[in-house]
Amino acid sequence: MSILLNANTKVLVQGLTGREGSFHAQQMQALGTQVVGGVVPGRGGSEHEGIPVFDTVADAVRETGANASGIFVPAPYAADAILEAAAAGLTLIACITEGIPIQDMIRVKDFLRAYPDARLLGPNCPGLLTPGVGKIGIIPQRFSSPGPVGIVARSGTLTYETMGALTEAGMGQSTIVGIGGDPVNGMDFVDVIAMFEQDPETTHLAIIGEIGGSDEERAAEVLGRGTRLKAVAFISGRTAPEGKRMGHAGAIVSGNRGTAKSKEEAFRAAGVAVAETTDQIVELLTKA
Amino acid sequence: MKLLEYQAKEVLAGLGIEIPAGRVARTPQEAEAACRELGPVAVKAQVPVGGRGKAGGIAVVETPEQAREAAERIIGMDIKGFKVPLVYCETALEIAREVYLGFTVDRDARANILMLSAKGGMDIEQVAEESPEAIARLFPNPWRGPLDFELTQLVFESGLGEHARALTAVIKKLYRAIPDFDALTAEINPLVITGEGRVIAGDAKLETDENADFRHRDLVEKYGAILETDELEAEAKRRKLTYVSLDGEIGIIGNGAGLCMGTLDLVARAGGKAANFCDIGGGARAEVVQNAMDVITMNPRVKGILINVFGGITRGDEVARGLVQARDNLQLKLPLVVRLSGTNQEEGREILKENGIEPGTSAWEAAQKIVEMTR
Repeated sequence: MSILLNANTKVLVQGLTGREGSFHAQQMQALGTQVVGGVVPGRGGSEHEGIPVFDTVADAVRETGANASGIFVPAPYAADAILEAAAAGLTLIACITEGIPIQDMIRVKDFLRAYPDARLLGPNCPGLLTPGVGKIGIIPQRFSSPGPVGIVARSGTLTYETMGALTEAGMGQSTIVGIGGDPVNGMDFVDVIAMFEQDPETTHLAIIGEIGGSDEERAAEVLGRGTRLKAVAFISGRTAPEGKRMGHAGAIVSGNRGTAKSKEEAFRAAGVAVAETTDQIVELLTKA
Repeated sequence: MKLLEYQAKEVLAGLGIEIPAGRVARTPQEAEAACRELGPVAVKAQVPVGGRGKAGGIAVVETPEQAREAAERIIGMDIKGFKVPLVYCETALEIAREVYLGFTVDRDARANILMLSAKGGMDIEQVAEESPEAIARLFPNPWRGPLDFELTQLVFESGLGEHARALTAVIKKLYRAIPDFDALTAEINPLVITGEGRVIAGDAKLETDENADFRHRDLVEKYGAILETDELEAEAKRRKLTYVSLDGEIGIIGNGAGLCMGTLDLVARAGGKAANFCDIGGGARAEVVQNAMDVITMNPRVKGILINVFGGITRGDEVARGLVQARDNLQLKLPLVVRLSGTNQEEGREILKENGIEPGTSAWEAAQKIVEMTR
């Protein structure tokens, strides 16, 4: 079992014919994901690398029964692509695109209230992967293996490292979920953790957070109320100076808010083990 | 972009908000001329950080000579790490009342929040902590903006009902900074209400979203250059690198923001201090690595470089060849430690070793090694 993805997930790739969309659609297929179509306005009726292309998401849904999407369209158009996916009734949308204006995302968040079944991951995220089932996005599958650890993370490469180290240590993963590095995003830690909590195959949880915002603190609060998951948290950016954006739009300490210290303390207070280095994530999980 | 006060005021004036008469002065002579024209003025350092008053960056002067002297002292001074590029000379206001008006992105709510408070002229964070009830709040619908009645409610809730007409008009104008300029934060503190009921922006802060710069080329062209006070950051930006200057001595390159931040943390843990944050993105292409090394070595404080790369889609042997090539092209003499993991890590490490580059196996080991080598 796993969360979010299953054998019935039928995926569209919005921006299929771009360099990234094209490459990663093939990677998704290589893992067994059902990629049923691509959406590129103006290219409807054609095929790209054997995948049928549609002008709109609505067309693609009508023809293929798609229920999920991976978005690779450039930042100026990506917010609209999310709206289109939700309006067409898709229930899982992973937006990989980085650099979407924050005000665009604020409008997207407001729009999505009318579509409570639409779950959004990202933007600026690597998507999600369930070993042995499939993936939407860009997480490199060769480091994953099936098993009991659920991973939820704001950062991409740190996630790949962690899953690689876990695989090497003989601990597989149930589902790996990237929620993205932007300040205004779709699902947050709390949403994803609640799903892992309901998944019988997931027994362990790795939370990879970073400076900025208070999503980690809220996740700690929820876990502190009781969980069956053996959880370990790691926070990146302990030494980041105040007021500087560290690569991710959301990774910024403002005044005394959003610090790694505050997040680590929240997890410790909730009884969640805190890893101080990425190596320790694996150590603590294998011991838990 | 975090705009300087005079830039923010120009933008606000463009939205129809009244601002005091003022002149930008890049030299003491210009400040003298401004005072001759405007009469008594406040000579204010223009820096993108708060606390300039306490740091001695504001002088109230009566005569042109005093204005010149003040500008001589203030231009070029260091305020919290920012070198003052110019001053803004502004006439004093006849103040009846000071209030606070601003908006920002409430990250928890994933929404914009408009705030109005009768407690103006004070640090709003402090007001929020000590008397949160003194701030009236509104989350405007992001598609249509605030409605008139919502703003009227906001004004009455803040206890400023007697100025409802003037204040709602100003709030509406300020809100335009969101749809028109992709502003993330705006603050008018104090917003001055004069004896005759005019509403004027006493100070102004404005931060726009760099992700939306493509929609506001004019604004970036007009104001961007002067905001680049850090030469290395400016150079990195020209080369399209994600780079942040820090004050240590070990240059850092990583792929992915989280991984890169984690690398800074490990260096600190090993007793060193990072000179920068530099995220070269998932692919770690040779050309990008070379650009990153080039910028990092422009910093005279740098004593060594630590590269931490996880090869996901990109293969480790390709990354290793790129690194060797970049080092050779730049004839890099500084100590270099590379931690390479992921796809084809063994092949990659072999290539590094053959070329005399120290390959660390774990990030923690690599951090300790570079700290030792630069001691």
